[in-house]
Amino acid sequence: MIEIKNIRKSFGDVVVIDSVSAMLEPGKANLIIGTSGSGKTVLMKCLVGLFEPDSGEIYYDGKDFTMMDEEERKELRQQIGMLFQGSALFDSMTVEQNVMFPLDMFTQWTFTQKLKRVNEVLDRVNLQDANHKFPAEISGGMKKRVGIARAIVLNPKYLFCDEPNSGLDPQTALVIDKLIYQITKEFNTTTVVNTHDMNSVMEIGDHIIYMYQGKKEWEGNNKEIIFSKSKLLNDFIFASEFLQDAKDMRMLELKGKISNERNMDDLLK
Amino acid sequence: MLFFTHFGRYLLMIKGMFTKPENMKMYWKELMHQCAEIGIGSLGIVVIISVFIGAVSTVQTAYQLVSPVLPKSIIAQIVRDTVILEFAPTLTCIVLAGVVGSKIASELGNMRVSEQIDALEIMGINTKAYLVMPKILGALIVIPMLVILAAVLGVWGGRMAGTLAHILSHAEFDKGLLTNFVPYNVSFSLVKAYTFAFIISSIPAYYGYFVKGGALEIGRASTSAVVSSCIMILFADYVLAAILLP
Repeated sequence: MIEIKNIRKSFGDVVVIDSVSAMLEPGKANLIIGTSGSGKTVLMKCLVGLFEPDSGEIYYDGKDFTMMDEEERKELRQQIGMLFQGSALFDSMTVEQNVMFPLDMFTQWTFTQKLKRVNEVLDRVNLQDANHKFPAEISGGMKKRVGIARAIVLNPKYLFCDEPNSGLDPQTALVIDKLIYQITKEFNTTTVVNTHDMNSVMEIGDHIIYMYQGKKEWEGNNKEIIFSKSKLLNDFIFASEFLQDAKDMRMLELKGKISNERNMDDLLK
Repeated sequence: MLFFTHFGRYLLMIKGMFTKPENMKMYWKELMHQCAEIGIGSLGIVVIISVFIGAVSTVQTAYQLVSPVLPKSIIAQIVRDTVILEFAPTLTCIVLAGVVGSKIASELGNMRVSEQIDALEIMGINTKAYLVMPKILGALIVIPMLVILAAVLGVWGGRMAGTLAHILSHAEFDKGLLTNFVPYNVSFSLVKAYTFAFIISSIPAYYGYFVKGGALEIGRASTSAVVSSCIMILFADYVLAAILLP
C-alpha cells in the first residue's frame, strides 16, 4: 500500500502539486487522471523518487519514503517496476537483453534460469518470437509490452505506468490496459497508472484520482465517475458531445437497472 | 555565477560515482564495453592524424633549418620531442574530444531524454556510477595507450617523410632519435594523456547526463561538451607545462 500525505511540489514560483493526499491500495488499478499540466506525471515522479517533494510524506507499507537514505531507497526500488510513456527501452539491447537486465543486475541466477524467467514474462505479455529484435525493429504496442515485461520481471510489489496508452491505437491500448489490470490482480501489485485515456478510466479504474491544476479535485471509481457532480471532472471526461450523449444514455440505462422500474426502451420514449 | 553552478554540479556528479556497485560483473562488462568503444572507435583517426602530423613536422622542420652548420639528424630530435611533448598528447586528445566527447554527450543525452536514465534509477541503480564511471575509467585506460601509439606513429611518419622527400636518410633519422633523448618527456606526455583523458570523458558526460529537452538540446549539449573539453585541454596543457617542465 502507498499512502500519500499532503504532497507539495513546486518549480520556482509555480506550484505543480498542491497538498495532495491519497491512499493507493494493493490489488487495485489506481488511476491518476487529469489534463496535460495538471501535475499527474510530477506526482508519479515524486512517488518513485525521481523528484523530491517540497513537503509531505509518502509511505510504502508504512515506511516513509521521503525520509529514507539512498541505500534504503535502492532496496525499495527493487520492488518497484515502472512502465514509461516512451517505454524507455535500452536502444543498444535486444528485447531479451532489455528484460533480462534487472535479473543480470540484481540476481545471481545462471543464464538458463534468467532466460527461463525472461521467456515466462514475455509469454505473459503475449510477446513471443521477438527475443532477438531491437527496440527500433518493433511496434509501439510491442515496446509497451516489453516495457511491462521488464517492469514485472522481478515480481514487483508496486507497478507504475506513465501514460501506457499514449501513441497507441484504441485496440492496442485496450490490450495494454487489460494486461496491466490482469497483472495487478494476479500478483496483487499496487498499480498506479497515469492516463488521460477515457477507455482506461472506464475499463480498469478501480480507484481514480482526478487532478486539476495540481490539486486533487475528485476521487472515486469507474462506477461512481459517471454520477460525479464535479463540473471540472465532467468537462474533462465527457469533453465531446458524443461522449456527453453516451454518458446520458448510460446514466439512463443504469438508472433503469437500479430502479428496476423501466427498461431502456421505455426511458428513451 | 553560472560557471560555479555548473562546476558545483559537475563535482557532485563525480562524487556521486563513488558508491558500492550493485553488481560488479555488470560494471566490469560495461567498463570493457567502453574501453572497446573509445579505443577501437578512435583508432583509425588517431593513426591517420599521427602519421601525417609526424610527416609534416619533418618536412616543415627541414624547411626552417637552413643552416649548413647544423647536422640533419637534429630534425629527428626536433620531430621526436615535438611529437612526444605536444602533438601526441594534445593534438590527439583535441581530436578525441570531438570523436569521443560528442559520442559520450549524445549517448547520455539521448538516454536522459528518452527516460532510459530514469528507468535505471527506478530499478535502484546508481546511474552516475553505472553510466559515467565506466566511461571515465575506460578513457583513462585507453586514451594513454592511444597517445603512446600516436607518438610512435608520429615519429614513424616523420621518418618515412624524411626519406620519401629526400630530406634525410633512415640512418640519420635514427641517429637523431637516439641523441639527447630525455625519458622524462615520455612521463610528462603520459601525465598530460591521463589529465586530458579525464577531461575528455568527464566534461561530455556531465553535459550529456544533465541535458534537458529534446533532440535539439542533445545537439547543443554535444557541441558545448566538445568546445568546453577543448578549452579545458588547452588550459590544462599550459598549466601542466608551467608546473612540470623545469
